Amino acid sequence: MNKHLRLAREVVVVGAGMSPFGVFPEKDSKDLFVEAFQDMLASVDKGFDPDDIQALYLGNFSNDFFVHQAHWGPIISDAVGLIPKPATRTEGACASSALAFREGVLAIASGLYDLVLVGGVEVMSQRSTEEVAEGLALATVPYEGQVGFTFPGVFGVTASAYFHKYGAGRQHLMDVTIKSHLNGKLNPKAQYQATLAEMMEAKRQKALAKGAPAPQWADEKAFLGDPQANPMVAWPLHLFDCCPISDGAACVLLAPAGIARNFTDHPLYVAGMGQGSGRGLHAKKDLTSFEATQAAAAEAYAMSGLEPGDVQVCEVHDCFSIAEIIHLEDLGFFPPGHGYRAVAEGKTRRDGIKPINTSGGLKCKGHPVGATGVSQVVEIWHQLRGEAGERQVPMQGLRVGATHNLGGTGGTCTFTIFERR
Amino acid sequence: MQDMPFSDSSFQKHLDQGRLMGCRCNSCQELYTPPRPLCPTCRLSRMEWVAMSGKGRLCAFTAITVPPPALKQEGFSRDNPYAVGVVELAEGTRVVARLLGLELSDPDSVALGQPMEVVFIKGGPDGSGDTVLGFQPAAE
Ligand SMILES: [Zn+2]
Repeated sequence: MNKHLRLAREVVVVGAGMSPFGVFPEKDSKDLFVEAFQDMLASVDKGFDPDDIQALYLGNFSNDFFVHQAHWGPIISDAVGLIPKPATRTEGACASSALAFREGVLAIASGLYDLVLVGGVEVMSQRSTEEVAEGLALATVPYEGQVGFTFPGVFGVTASAYFHKYGAGRQHLMDVTIKSHLNGKLNPKAQYQATLAEMMEAKRQKALAKGAPAPQWADEKAFLGDPQANPMVAWPLHLFDCCPISDGAACVLLAPAGIARNFTDHPLYVAGMGQGSGRGLHAKKDLTSFEATQAAAAEAYAMSGLEPGDVQVCEVHDCFSIAEIIHLEDLGFFPPGHGYRAVAEGKTRRDGIKPINTSGGLKCKGHPVGATGVSQVVEIWHQLRGEAGERQVPMQGLRVGATHNLGGTGGTCTFTIFERR
Repeated sequence: MQDMPFSDSSFQKHLDQGRLMGCRCNSCQELYTPPRPLCPTCRLSRMEWVAMSGKGRLCAFTAITVPPPALKQEGFSRDNPYAVGVVELAEGTRVVARLLGLELSDPDSVALGQPMEVVFIKGGPDGSGDTVLGFQPAAE
């Protein structure tokens, strides 16, 4: 067996793009993917002929449920002019497009293809909140759905176990949310481009305009602690602990390292990648970690020869605020039980020692589930190339970034490390 | 009973008859709740049914205020949340369950680790649906 975890040839990202994320009643999956595709085309420094793309791998979780249409591989392929080339849909719940990315890398590493498009898309906003909750709950494990768990419910239970074990509390979840909004404010593709302070002021102005008494909050945490402004969803999680319902698409272009310079002088190398699988709440050994993340991370670190301390900027799957804290620990960035303290101390802010979710994360950038994994790669592409604009990480010698995508309630997780060389 | 398959369907039939059942692998002696047809460690199918005591302790819980459509029909809502969680059974395995009898108006007061006992909840709006596995604080 291959214990070296080495790709047969090196793979690079040579282009990356995404649609805006948000709620777009007038746009369908084709429209959004075309926007992502055009954004990607514009990102390829030396240009290229899209006819040279040999295959498409597309992540999509459940457009079947959300818009009652399945079989999106050829539909999206046709939308961007790739018929009759092979189009393969991957499904790993909220990690669907991370799996597409991985399949694209493997297809190039195998020598089969020299140019592959990988992407993801999801349109969720046409359903009611209750229906989306039902659709997402399809990705819990069967016993959980039967007794009434929702997606937020699974992460609520996880937060309850984490609080009990480590002495953290709601105020530590708020630290994550405040940071997410500071970053989302600076991302022009994000669903929420406002800080909490701005949202609080907007609510005050709205009340005043209606002639109602204007609410007053001492600070962001007072706002988040106000059950009127931030109602409970699944104890201890409240509305602002949860990512929104979103539409969107993202895609990246992959090539073997040997021809990277035909496309750009600044490719991103896939230094290491891993994927893991996990079990339901009843069978997990530890309710405060995700075994699939730990397995994926171990594989990616082994393949890259890098360590957690080498990762300078990272997008993690913050579907809920508690999840971001736990990922910081599972990925080895901070010891178990220290994730919440690191956030409270500002270490994960854009100017901290370990900037996390500079895009605003799922919480503010948005979470069209099938597009999220590849959209994380788009953010790292911008950061490592120094093209992230206002939200550029101010770190000197930025060279190594990573993406962590989690599917369902932790059943599927990926971790990919990128390097600028 | 020993000849029922070690399936989710059998687990549900037992619940419907007021029994919480697990199974033990006769090869490695590992206990499983819910039952499973193949031991994931030995990959052998030498299972036997084990009746669980129905006693346990609360590992983790949540109170849900945004119910899925089926539970909304049963009357749960923002003003009438329901609780679910993870219970570690006295025998050492865990189950996920609906939780009754917790003070949901003050979730901070719910003590993890407290003793719990099984309760079989009639499912559906009129109680004619599948039995739902439940737990409630154990009587002193
Ligand atoms: Zn066994």
